[in-house]
Amino acid sequence: MLELWQFTKLIRSKNAGPFELTFDIMFKNRESFNDMLKSEALSPKVIAELYGVDVKQVRFFVVEQLLAIKISIPRRVFSGDVRDTDIYGGQFHGPLVRLPIKE
Amino acid sequence: MANKKMRAVAATGNLSTGFREDSLVLAVEQGANFIGCDAGTTDSGPYYLGSGKPRGPREGVKRNLRLILREALKAGIPVIVGSAGHAGGQPHLEWTLDIIRELAREHDWHFKLAAIDSEIEKDVLADAFNRGEITPLCPAPPLDDRAIKHAERFVAMMGVEPIQQALSVVAQVVIGGRCSDVAIYAALPVLQGIPKQVAFHAGKILECGAASAAQRLYPDCMAAELDQDGFTVEPPNPAIRCTAQSVAAHALYENADPYHLVESGGVLDTTDAKYEPVGERAVRVTGSRFIPSKKYTVRIEGVSLVGYRSIVMAGIRDPLVLRQLDTFLSTLRTVIERKVSDSMKLSADTYTLNFRVYGRNGTLGDLEPLSEVGHEVGLIIDVVAATQSLAADIIPIASHTGLHHPIPEHEGLISNLAYPFSPGGIDAGPVYSFCINHVWELNEPCKPFAMKMEVL
Repeated sequence: MLELWQFTKLIRSKNAGPFELTFDIMFKNRESFNDMLKSEALSPKVIAELYGVDVKQVRFFVVEQLLAIKISIPRRVFSGDVRDTDIYGGQFHGPLVRLPIKE
Repeated sequence: MANKKMRAVAATGNLSTGFREDSLVLAVEQGANFIGCDAGTTDSGPYYLGSGKPRGPREGVKRNLRLILREALKAGIPVIVGSAGHAGGQPHLEWTLDIIRELAREHDWHFKLAAIDSEIEKDVLADAFNRGEITPLCPAPPLDDRAIKHAERFVAMMGVEPIQQALSVVAQVVIGGRCSDVAIYAALPVLQGIPKQVAFHAGKILECGAASAAQRLYPDCMAAELDQDGFTVEPPNPAIRCTAQSVAAHALYENADPYHLVESGGVLDTTDAKYEPVGERAVRVTGSRFIPSKKYTVRIEGVSLVGYRSIVMAGIRDPLVLRQLDTFLSTLRTVIERKVSDSMKLSADTYTLNFRVYGRNGTLGDLEPLSEVGHEVGLIIDVVAATQSLAADIIPIASHTGLHHPIPEHEGLISNLAYPFSPGGIDAGPVYSFCINHVWELNEPCKPFAMKMEVL
């Protein structure tokens, strides 16, 4: 079983303002982009489960021109709130890096 | 006017981070029409807006402003700084103006300075709220009259219009409070006849300085030439280059939607944008659209005071403690809460006691899908209470209780937490939270933004 990072040249998360998180996943080439899409390993449902949000709150964009997937979700804990763990939202992508991808 | 071209220079992505002096000198020599610089963000959390403290270093901001002003005054072009002092409130604006006045005195510089205040009085905002002019974005904290009056500070994020107003009365240096990053770069081009889709898209690419380059070696300048059909972006520093991919990809950064950028007055739609390389280091961008919005709105940012934080950091290395860490921490919590109640007469619902366990789920909290614990963990005992002295008094109770908290496998008095510092407790100051994610509908885009002019 391969993992997502083996298909990508960048996986990152970041705040899009204090109330939303956004993930950018950039693929190495057309082939790895297509392989990942075919595997259906990444979907609004997978993101909703991983990040504890409703699937309807997941905005999921396939950006063909950049061989990228962009995902945006609301933050369950707003940036800087007493129980926030990541003010910039820069490490929320962690669980995606080793996401299993079926060959 | 129809063939008008303009060259915009972004000094850097954030005024406090810096740029290479050579790059800015070169960018202005190449024929800049103005120098812009963003100085703020909400990225670093609610503290700066709440406390009124700017994010420095002051000497770094002064160095950067000195170079920007020197080059602009030499070339006779305007300077536009947005989101002064990091959060763009009144104290942040004053801090930045103070540096500028100091520089003018030290260098015998003379120019017209415009300051645009974006702080919104609570009463003004409450009135607007009660008139139904304030509407929530998604997600938004609940907002009512009481929440507004109890908040610490609000700012409105200005669009291009207040900057244009300042430029129209020939201010050479415009310092804005909270400001759309894009508006810093779109204001003058739009005023001089560049189409909005070109000006706003160029603004989005420029606002992070050299961040749209293929490899940002260090924070640096970025320049763009704007015309009626599009713009060409090219880093002035010959060691840095843009590629079609790097410029297109920058549209994704920190924006929830890759194709639509919502700004005051309209939406920049980059769905059909084309990015074409020009030579080795430049990229030509065309084909975006600007869709005017029916209502003119500005985003409001605001924070309220939650309490005061004190923390203590510790390590845990005993494998017997680590294998029962959840029980250890939950029973520890019970004992701490009882002791705080006994000695300070504080019930547990009047403060928060948060165990942050690095090595288990310190980074993701309850979103962490893995449950393993390593051979050691780092523990931050994090207390937020109504005053600093209360938080500071809870910390020694928590740390001493934790130190000797028992586990069944060891008999006698044990010491389970390794504290690296003496004293262990650290007072971390006031804690704020973002309390609003709303927009304000305005009949007149400049209305909430008071402008003051002075001649230096």
